[in-house]
Amino acid sequence: MTTDAAARRGSRNLWGDAWLRLSSNRAAITSMIVLAAMVLFSIFGPWLSPHAFNTVYRSYIKVPPSLTAYPQPQDIQEIMTRTLRRARVDIQTIDVNGDRLSLGIASEQEISLRVRDILERVDDFSDVTITSGSSDSRQMSLEMTITRQLFLFGTDSNGRDILTRVMIGGRVSLAVGILATLVALLIGVSYGAISGFIGGRVDHVMMRIVDMIYALPFMFFVILLVVFFGRDFFLIFIAIGAVEWLDMARIVRGQTLVLKRREFIEAARALGVSTSRIISRHVVPNTLGPVIIYMTLMVPKVILLESFLSFIGLGVQEPMTSWGVLISDGADNIAGAIWMLVFPSVFLAITLFCLNFIGDGLRDALDPKDR
Amino acid sequence: MWRYIGRRLLGAVPTVFIVITVAFFMMRLAPGGPFLLDRPLPDQIMENLMRVYQLDQPLWVQYTSYLKNIIRGDFGPSLIYRDFTVAELIAGGLPVSIQFGVSALLIALGLGTLLGTLAALYQNRGGDYLVMGVATFGMTIPNFVVAPVLSFIFGIALGWLPTSGWGDGTISYKVLPIICLMLPQMAIITRLTRAGMIEVLRSEPIRTAHAKGLPTRVVLTRHALRGAILPVISYLGPAAAALLTGSVVIETIFGVPGIGRYFVQGALNRDYTLVMGTVLLISVFILLFNLLVDIIYSVLDPRVIYDD
Repeated sequence: MTTDAAARRGSRNLWGDAWLRLSSNRAAITSMIVLAAMVLFSIFGPWLSPHAFNTVYRSYIKVPPSLTAYPQPQDIQEIMTRTLRRARVDIQTIDVNGDRLSLGIASEQEISLRVRDILERVDDFSDVTITSGSSDSRQMSLEMTITRQLFLFGTDSNGRDILTRVMIGGRVSLAVGILATLVALLIGVSYGAISGFIGGRVDHVMMRIVDMIYALPFMFFVILLVVFFGRDFFLIFIAIGAVEWLDMARIVRGQTLVLKRREFIEAARALGVSTSRIISRHVVPNTLGPVIIYMTLMVPKVILLESFLSFIGLGVQEPMTSWGVLISDGADNIAGAIWMLVFPSVFLAITLFCLNFIGDGLRDALDPKDR
Repeated sequence: MWRYIGRRLLGAVPTVFIVITVAFFMMRLAPGGPFLLDRPLPDQIMENLMRVYQLDQPLWVQYTSYLKNIIRGDFGPSLIYRDFTVAELIAGGLPVSIQFGVSALLIALGLGTLLGTLAALYQNRGGDYLVMGVATFGMTIPNFVVAPVLSFIFGIALGWLPTSGWGDGTISYKVLPIICLMLPQMAIITRLTRAGMIEVLRSEPIRTAHAKGLPTRVVLTRHALRGAILPVISYLGPAAAALLTGSVVIETIFGVPGIGRYFVQGALNRDYTLVMGTVLLISVFILLFNLLVDIIYSVLDPRVIYDD
């Protein structure tokens, strides 16, 4: 190959190569785009949504997902009947004209003006005005604005918008996944690099400790940690990260053992670079490949763990939510309101799918065995 | 070999000891207590309870006496399930959990290796994508989603199977829980088998086996599978330990009387002795299965030799 051709193709380094291979992996690229969309959806969605995640709409308990806004035309009659039953008046006419509603009511007795307040108190109606009344106060016409609410994903058993809750839940689930992974990364990489680089007896002892912790029933310690820390959610996930670093430490140690025999490390040592600086500037950056792969595979594990904890009732507390909490609520309501289970499950599954595909793609792209 | 096993068993003792110690102190130092009810008990009764269960003594004394009891095989009385000892609770639930765990594990192993092998044989073709798609699906969808969905479809919508409970203990009550336990394990075993198989199929010994005219079936079952299944074997250790000791999710959803629930319930209710008993049981299971896996490993792969 001439130097010209080499220059045109760009220099072939590890990351350039990996990127080339990754970009030809359609599953991984699609996953990255979908995941980015998911992150944006979770972060910015709640600000764009017309509902707050904790607003309770008492007239819309467990309403199914719908592309048209509530109250739907056939609902208005029913809501009106239910509301006015308490005021003991009969409905004579209901005319819906766009967002305006005119209502004619009649009663055997005098109609109290309180009927206006009763209607105001319903979520669906606002700006209730009395337009006319008969002289004996037994008939009355009112006008009001219908407040329409769009619930694309339906509402839950407390009458809260599931779309917004899925977004907020996504924030929490993604945040704990990333947070715990970063903690594990920090501990695992430094532990593994130090152990591998120093070697000898230190390495032996440090790895024996890792082996020992490996034998502990992990799930149980997570539950014990939750019990121990109470329900401080972020503290728990820092703790989970602090338990999950073992694999990371092993991977980094293995890489370090290979790296430390390489010439550039020897050169650095010959130049008088200190051990800590060699580890941080020369060893750690070169272990990044496997570490990144492992990270992408660990985030879904932690997200799954969070949802498991939520499922057994140890997750974030109401009204805050996470995908796990939503799924757990949905599983309880599967017979009457299946959408409560479907939407959070689909979002969780898509996220986990994407992260797994990205991890697999990165492994294929960065695996030196394939070169 | 026997010396190796003996040494491994001896080496497990300090690990178990550490597990007990950490679990004991974490549990005791956590806020709350076993007798804190919604309606507080009168002081007198509380004092009596604390004295009966020796919870009024200094922590250190309790710890040493617990260790002594453990060595004698006494797990103590449960603090929440009155009238039951921890040993009785475990003895009641463990056979159920083992029955479910073993069934799920065997089915997962059979189907997983079969599907994994098929995927490897049809690598990067339709069959491979199909199997791997299903496997990824089984791995990513948590079982607390799968379980209610399956029980809704087969239990409520179709009405074929009972949705929960134990009933008369016939097979129909066991189908759904076993499927839910099995699915994620099968998915992982499929992936592992496929990866191992792809690597083995490219190796020299397999080419030799083909070259000397062995039928493909024999090459696969006698030669390739033996090497390809090694990663599966090392995965099976922790997986078996986890399966046999029950799954809190499956047991809660399907109302199966196993021991998986005890730990979570115990931890939430501060049933100290029950928590300690289950933790101890699980760690012993994990250690034993890891040892078992290493032994099977050396049988399957003669290159692995455990010297003293």
